[in-house]
Amino acid sequence: MSQERLIAVETAILSKNDAYAAGNRRILEALGILAVNLVSSPGSGKTTLLCRTIAMLGNTPLAVIEGDQQTSNDADRIRATGARAVQINTGKGCHLDAHMVGHAMADLALEAGSLLFIENVGNLVCPAAFDLGEEAKVAILSVTEGEDKPLKYPDMFTAAKLALVNKTDLAPHCDVSLAAYEANLKRVNPGIEVLFVSARTGEGMDAWISWLRTRHASKQAHARVAPGKAV
Amino acid sequence: MHEMSLCEGVRRIIDEQAAVHGFSAVRVVRLEVGRFAGVEKDALAFAFDVVMQGGPAEGARLELIDLPGAALCYDCGQQVELEHRLAPCPACGGGRLMPQGGDEMRIKDLEVI
Repeated sequence: MSQERLIAVETAILSKNDAYAAGNRRILEALGILAVNLVSSPGSGKTTLLCRTIAMLGNTPLAVIEGDQQTSNDADRIRATGARAVQINTGKGCHLDAHMVGHAMADLALEAGSLLFIENVGNLVCPAAFDLGEEAKVAILSVTEGEDKPLKYPDMFTAAKLALVNKTDLAPHCDVSLAAYEANLKRVNPGIEVLFVSARTGEGMDAWISWLRTRHASKQAHARVAPGKAV
Repeated sequence: MHEMSLCEGVRRIIDEQAAVHGFSAVRVVRLEVGRFAGVEKDALAFAFDVVMQGGPAEGARLELIDLPGAALCYDCGQQVELEHRLAPCPACGGGRLMPQGGDEMRIKDLEVI
């Protein structure tokens, strides 16, 4: 009869994901690629915002990883802008993980010095816990969702460095206070940056493009591979 | 939260530990869960029983150890402990608090035979 014994494990449950994320981050850093992980509820306007962003970035080299449970609709919309995109279908899964993203990065043959957008599955809960190796999570919150969204789903807004409050053109029709959106975002994450945008009219989008360009330039400056080299 | 996928992470780690330490069965699995981790305990316990079936931890008891949640208050500058994620600062009553940990989800140890 064997003896009962105690085994100290002290391992994070998501340690496997975190290891893949660290691997992705090393590749992205070496190539000088800025990767942003776009997170939001379904219907916040992520894909419309991304299409407009791609158009405004002009000839900046970029690629897109799209995550949805089903369909390639979003990747099709991105490809219609001329950008390269791969679609990940998570099936029953509610989030992208770093392993899936690593495979998608390999499929895309990323260009050094480029930009990588990862459009996560529309879900304000699970993607908060999964590091993909990105530089920053950017949370998109549309004005039609209600000012208390950050209080109801604090984890996602705590994990994000920037919040884009989208569909500001609809604000006058929704009886909402943009100041209340900002106050609630800062309540759950006092360090979060907040920009108000309308992906439809383009209002406020310049500030978002500028946010991207600043970080992109910094990533490119620290690259260990010459820009333009595909890997 | 995705309690089912968390339990799949636990199962994977237990399977690895079984290969390393050569145990045949797990009696107790102890997890440390931060106050701000957003883990629903009932959902976790339910998923645990399902996911452990057919493995060394089938029928094991799940014990959860609560870890406190600390935050930095942007109003008074103090590090404080919060009862829940949206509680005001206990020192100054301020409402702008940045969590400092409290989102841990970790396997602490296993009682095995």
